[in-house]
Amino acid sequence: MPKTPVTFTLNGAETGIFVDPGLNLLEALRREAGDLSPKFGCGQGTCGACTILINGEPHLSCLTLAVAAQDADISTTGGLAPGADLHPLQQAFADGFAAQCGFCTSGMLMAAKALLDRNPRPTRDEVVEAISGNLCRCTGYDPIVDAILDAAARVQGRVTA
Amino acid sequence: MTIHTGRGFACINYPIGMNLGGDPSQALVHSTPDGKFMVTLSAIDLGQGMKSVCRQIAAEALGVPIEDVYVDTADSDTGPHDMGSFASRGTHRMGNAVIRASSEARAQMMEAAAEELEVSAADLDTDGRGNIQVKGAPSKMITVADTAIAAQFKQGRTLSGRGIFLIEPSGVDWDTGEMSPVTTYAHAALVIDLTVDDETGEVEVKHINSAYEVGRALNPKLVEQQLIGGAWMGVSHALYETTEPYYPARDHLPQDFNTYLMPGPGETVPHDIAVLERPAADAPYGGKGPGEMCANPVLPAIANAVYNAVGVRVDKLPITPEKILRGLQANGGAKPGPRQPGTPQ
Ligand code: FES
Ligand code: FES
Repeated sequence: MPKTPVTFTLNGAETGIFVDPGLNLLEALRREAGDLSPKFGCGQGTCGACTILINGEPHLSCLTLAVAAQDADISTTGGLAPGADLHPLQQAFADGFAAQCGFCTSGMLMAAKALLDRNPRPTRDEVVEAISGNLCRCTGYDPIVDAILDAAARVQGRVTA
Repeated sequence: MTIHTGRGFACINYPIGMNLGGDPSQALVHSTPDGKFMVTLSAIDLGQGMKSVCRQIAAEALGVPIEDVYVDTADSDTGPHDMGSFASRGTHRMGNAVIRASSEARAQMMEAAAEELEVSAADLDTDGRGNIQVKGAPSKMITVADTAIAAQFKQGRTLSGRGIFLIEPSGVDWDTGEMSPVTTYAHAALVIDLTVDDETGEVEVKHINSAYEVGRALNPKLVEQQLIGGAWMGVSHALYETTEPYYPARDHLPQDFNTYLMPGPGETVPHDIAVLERPAADAPYGGKGPGEMCANPVLPAIANAVYNAVGVRVDKLPITPEKILRGLQANGGAKPGPRQPGTPQ
């Protein structure tokens, strides 16, 4: 079957790839676009490790067809820190010991970014709600929730720690 | 319907590593030409922080800044042999191997520096900031980087070290069954406060108070991180997780993460932790590490707290509402145990 061309913006860069029509966006990003930052956890929409932003909204890339990304604006963890400085969320995760094995971290960061972009001063319950589709085996979640609240405070200039 | 409070206690005497077969770990350390050091291990970091701790240990034993040490756990084909990351052995076994390898590399480094400074290696010491100085005359010095360059390009010497930690394999005394399965123990005590709803059988864990003795906490934030995450997993094992809910019948098997129950970010339990430091003589800088012990005591403490709350002794995990309700039915209702002083009502 002929491959289908798909063009989109990936972390600000114009990107074009050729995909099989049935390929999901997670595999397309990892294999064809070379962005390994979204993780393959389950491939069926139950773990959140593959979370990316499409036009600013969080999506599970394993459940999204690559061809549906035509003309989309895609953000992944790979583009969170374009320079030497970490994104405030990444810095708060590091400072707060919010990652152990790190497998959930990429999806957590993108789910958190979607929240903070929309709601810069979330309550604890709103943070819990925002990451409720993201599984973590290692941290016990509290350090992640704390780090997201900390990142929100840093962006607001309300440094807590 | 009544909500019953219960408190349960458990303590643990936890083996670090296994003596069977000697439980060896190896480490190799070598300098790069720019005066950094590479530690090569085959045990991997599962997220518990083994790499960070081995990096700290190597920097301490070499006497160089931690920024100048890298830990490579890339490949068990190309790295030195290791039994692996299991049995709560990481800090103790790999840490000891890393100290030995680093000490040998340090001796080479001091010899190379001595040759450059034309003094005896015994008169030299590191300042931990990347310099090697003559004791009592710190202005007579050479950087670790220059030492490594001289060793590599002038002296024809490697700054490297080999380390293995192997303990006396312990056999069984066939007459008595006696053996010495482990070299060192870590310890913990843990108190669970929870509630049990006698109409639905639902358990809500309200609070965890714990004390852990892990030798020296080589990286206190990593220790705390592991204890928090491990306790969460302990709660999950105690109350939710199973791949065979009606074993040996194969009904209701979880098929994926949707049907495999685990508590989410909204169901975490407040946890107050005290870490007691009693450096162990045979452990690297006294550190034994928390290991699997971070999850283990939570399970019996929850089982005991459920018994204290409603008098139902569940001896098969997980402790589901169904098992509690069947127990309540068999007992003719809730039979709360004695209240401990300070138990929340
Ligand atoms: S990989 Fe997409 S939700 Fe798990
Ligand atoms: S840090 Fe391991 S799954 Fe979250």
